[in-house]
Amino acid sequence: MHEWALAESVIKTAQEHAARAKLRPVSEVAVLLGELQSIDKEIFSFALAELVKSSFKSMSGCRFRLLAQPASFKCKACSKEFTLKALKKTEAEAENIHFIPEMAHAFLKCPKCKSPDFDITAGRGVSIKHIKGAADE
Amino acid sequence: MSDLDPRPSVIATRLSKIKRIIAVTGWKGGIGKSVTASALALLLAKKGLKTGLLDLDLAGASAHVVLGVKGLFPKEEMGLEPPLVAGVKFMSVSFFSDDKAVPLRGANVSDAIIEMMAITRWGELDLLIMDMPPGINDAALDVIRLLPRTEVLAVTTPSVIAHSVLERSLELYRNLKVPVLGVIANMERSGSGALKTAAGRIRYDADLEKALGDPAKLLRTNFAKDLAKIAAALF
Repeated sequence: MHEWALAESVIKTAQEHAARAKLRPVSEVAVLLGELQSIDKEIFSFALAELVKSSFKSMSGCRFRLLAQPASFKCKACSKEFTLKALKKTEAEAENIHFIPEMAHAFLKCPKCKSPDFDITAGRGVSIKHIKGAADE
Repeated sequence: MSDLDPRPSVIATRLSKIKRIIAVTGWKGGIGKSVTASALALLLAKKGLKTGLLDLDLAGASAHVVLGVKGLFPKEEMGLEPPLVAGVKFMSVSFFSDDKAVPLRGANVSDAIIEMMAITRWGELDLLIMDMPPGINDAALDVIRLLPRTEVLAVTTPSVIAHSVLERSLELYRNLKVPVLGVIANMERSGSGALKTAAGRIRYDADLEKALGDPAKLLRTNFAKDLAKIAAALF
């Protein structure tokens, strides 16, 4: 499952950010899961827990909050704003977008003018919303 | 805090077991970068070196055409493991684009490259060869930013246009302190204006086109024989 690779990046980034900001220990990391990439929340959550246990013990005790982030788009050709629900895609296309969200530009078109030249304005993939922890005095 | 992109944090880890990273470029279109990068990866793998090939030309991916890749897909294993093609671990956006054009603006190119680098598990490699797109744009700048130990192997052709782009680009790369392994003078014909600084020459091979799509045939071309001499001197 390729979710593991992204889960590892979340833990590593949180750990590095905490070290820079002198947060010790990290109590909460809020992760946004963009609708476009359709990351499996259960697999992602399981991967985070297993990776903390096996390789990132300093992060044990940290709560990972996984938040769904709706995807939104804006066409650069006609300025139409739209959501993922307005777009049709096959299962195979959704799978390719799951691996590389930018493949949306190969498979999806603006519902108004059919241009593939649109911005993904929100909900692309995995990002970190916030990292909380007690400041190390 | 503004949203943090977690992916760059694991790129160094993903590449940590790769001894050398070589970007095959030349900054100009149509000079043979993809054929050179692909044939070089095949030659190095044939020598017994663990070799990977990453096609970073998202808009014009073509290494999969050179290698004749069909019916393969990376294996999902805590990320994506590149499939083996004629002994070379191969990764390309072509696995995900279903042979469709990929119209991407700069920031999207960068995002797709970072995604590929963050999720691809190369494992141990002696060499990772990267087939670069033309120009000094997102892919080139991301490689300089994210993979600072990359060495450049440039390709050029006997054309004042290609030489001009090459010289300008080399000067910038020297200023950025990116190591340049050498320049390969490709498509050389007798009497064509030779590039004095070239690390090696590849003669124009009229039969090369017929060998594309078949790694074994490609390795039997005069193109590959000339490239093998250069590779022997460089690696």
